[in-house]
Amino acid sequence: MSDKLIIGGHEFSSRFILGSGKFDLDLINAAVEHAGAEIVTLALRRVNSFSGNILEHIPAGVTLLPNTSGARTAEEAYKIARLAREAGCGEFIKIEVIHDSKYLLPDNYETAKACEMLAKDGFIPLPYMYPDLNAARDMVNAGAAAIMPLAAPIGSNQGLATKQFIRILIEEIDLPIIVDAGIGKPSQACEAMEMGAAAIMANTAIATAGNIVEMAKAFKHAIIAGRTAYLAGTGRVLDKASASSPLTGFIRE
Amino acid sequence: MERIDHMKYLPDMEVLEDSDIGERVVRAMRNYDYSKYTAADVKRALSAEYLSPDDFGALLSPAAEPFLEDMARRATLETHKHFGNSVLLFTPLYISNYCENHCIYCGFNCQNKIRRAKLDEDGIRREMEAIAKTGMEEVLILTGESRKMSDVEYIGRACSIAHEYFKNVGVEVYPMNTDEYAYIHECGADYVTVFQETYDSDRYEQLHLAGHKRIFPYRLNAQERAVRGGMRGVAFAALLGLSDFRKDAFAVGTHAYLIQRKYPHAEISFSCPRLRPIINNDKINPKDVHERQLLQVMCAYRIFMPFAGLTISTRERAGFRDNVVGMCATKISAGVSTGIGSHTEEESAGDSQFEISDTRSLAEVIEAIKGRGLQPVLNDYVYV
Amino acid sequence: MVIVNGEPKEAAGMTVLELLSSMQLKPERTAVMIGDEILSKPDYGKVLTDGETVEIIGFVGGG
Repeated sequence: MSDKLIIGGHEFSSRFILGSGKFDLDLINAAVEHAGAEIVTLALRRVNSFSGNILEHIPAGVTLLPNTSGARTAEEAYKIARLAREAGCGEFIKIEVIHDSKYLLPDNYETAKACEMLAKDGFIPLPYMYPDLNAARDMVNAGAAAIMPLAAPIGSNQGLATKQFIRILIEEIDLPIIVDAGIGKPSQACEAMEMGAAAIMANTAIATAGNIVEMAKAFKHAIIAGRTAYLAGTGRVLDKASASSPLTGFIRE
Repeated sequence: MERIDHMKYLPDMEVLEDSDIGERVVRAMRNYDYSKYTAADVKRALSAEYLSPDDFGALLSPAAEPFLEDMARRATLETHKHFGNSVLLFTPLYISNYCENHCIYCGFNCQNKIRRAKLDEDGIRREMEAIAKTGMEEVLILTGESRKMSDVEYIGRACSIAHEYFKNVGVEVYPMNTDEYAYIHECGADYVTVFQETYDSDRYEQLHLAGHKRIFPYRLNAQERAVRGGMRGVAFAALLGLSDFRKDAFAVGTHAYLIQRKYPHAEISFSCPRLRPIINNDKINPKDVHERQLLQVMCAYRIFMPFAGLTISTRERAGFRDNVVGMCATKISAGVSTGIGSHTEEESAGDSQFEISDTRSLAEVIEAIKGRGLQPVLNDYVYV
Repeated sequence: MVIVNGEPKEAAGMTVLELLSSMQLKPERTAVMIGDEILSKPDYGKVLTDGETVEIIGFVGGG
């Protein structure tokens, strides 16, 4: 059975996306080699001689997902996206618009605006957002290719703090829902996948593990397990208690 | 008479080029194979927190029939969760029975020899005044489907008058273009009901021999045009018994589901009419849709879209209607008379569309609802 | 003087390509802004003039 993750017309076999905030060569290797990651996110910054080019460490065949981190408004996100495209990163862009330096929560309003600007210019926008159904709908209408709700404040490893709201997005939005930020343990990744998330993005959880390679493997298996359970259709036992008087006794004919 | 192509729009009919909802509904219905579902599928659907369209398909299948009691229990829970104890009341008002369509099952069809009538403005006002006096606050304006005898302006005028007497005005008239819906919305209407009758286009063709109504896709996209025209709510239905009722019910639910996803602000409701005998043909009956199957369909709608309104038709007997309010139905008509002018005249000027089963007055229906521990509500809405 | 990534640099008279190569950066993997404008790849032969501000952008790890 082929079960592909399709984003903006591109197919992926893996449902694990590596965030590279805590960048380190071992982490990228572990994620690609041992967790099967096919998408790695990147940020754009000024570069100087010998500041090293992360691209050289990313194996061929991996899709680069530049983000607009640093952007505080839709306009800034648009500019960063165009720079990313100029720097050879293709059309995928993860929109991150944050103007809150304490909790680093995304600004849904500016993010939806950025989605529209980017989609019009031929990008494949993947908005990182706070899981709000109305905002997600705005982003879909603005041309998003997937929706990336946060599970908990970024880097917090708190797990699925927004579970009920992500579940609503999964029910109501026809695009892939990629759970981003806050996933701290493989069990949480599994839980999100089991309820129908299309993919998981993680970074800190693996980067800060005692053994990066082993944790990368654990995430891979957890995501596959959750996905398989979702496809299998989780069963539940019906409530056995039966009403003393039947509700349908009035039927004639 | 030469029959026109039922899939081809007539010149004045608006085409929604940018929408594929109609095609998706028809495709989903064609692919719906209710024989494939098992008891396990039904149990899974009944225990799912949110139901997928496939779960809905399971609840409509024959495999779900032994679970009707479980469905009724789940439906009751959902109805209570979303509507509490309240039951909405309304009265339908037929203002004209002229019809230009030839639908072989309908008493209004243009070939049927019945007494035709159309209320003028004074007549509409008199009827509405009489209904409003009973305490009713919501009215549903109906006509036969004739653009000639009851044009958009006439219907708009009726809506304006209704707006004076009632807090909530719905229409159940021929499908219109978006700008026409916008116009009657301006006049005061906020809800549009269009019965697709059957979603099987081949069967539809055999039943609707002539008239505007013969054009299948134009009718199919009516709700979307109504929402775009600014209507707050739209209602969906198939006339159960015309075709394969399970497939039709699946199409109704899918249609409502797709409209709701695309227009999340739209209020969704369902009606569940079954075929009834008509004047000059008392042999018409709902065939394989017995009360048991009707209840299955109603419970399936409720469990699939727990937030949607569900109207129980006057076509059904009082004993059935009283038992389904609070379980799956949220809205019930009362003081119904489907003749033209029959709310004020002893003898109505025009004949009715079908035989009704429940002729109780508003006061009687209110008593029956209260007797079941439910709360009759005349209005829960503000026109803005 | 040309301001490159915030630092003054003796780069007036150089083309953008020459500047990148002097910094050991690959043009296909970087983006360049002159003032507020993004410079597109075919224009990398542009000669830098005194007083211009140049930003050179590349990728780093980032969530």
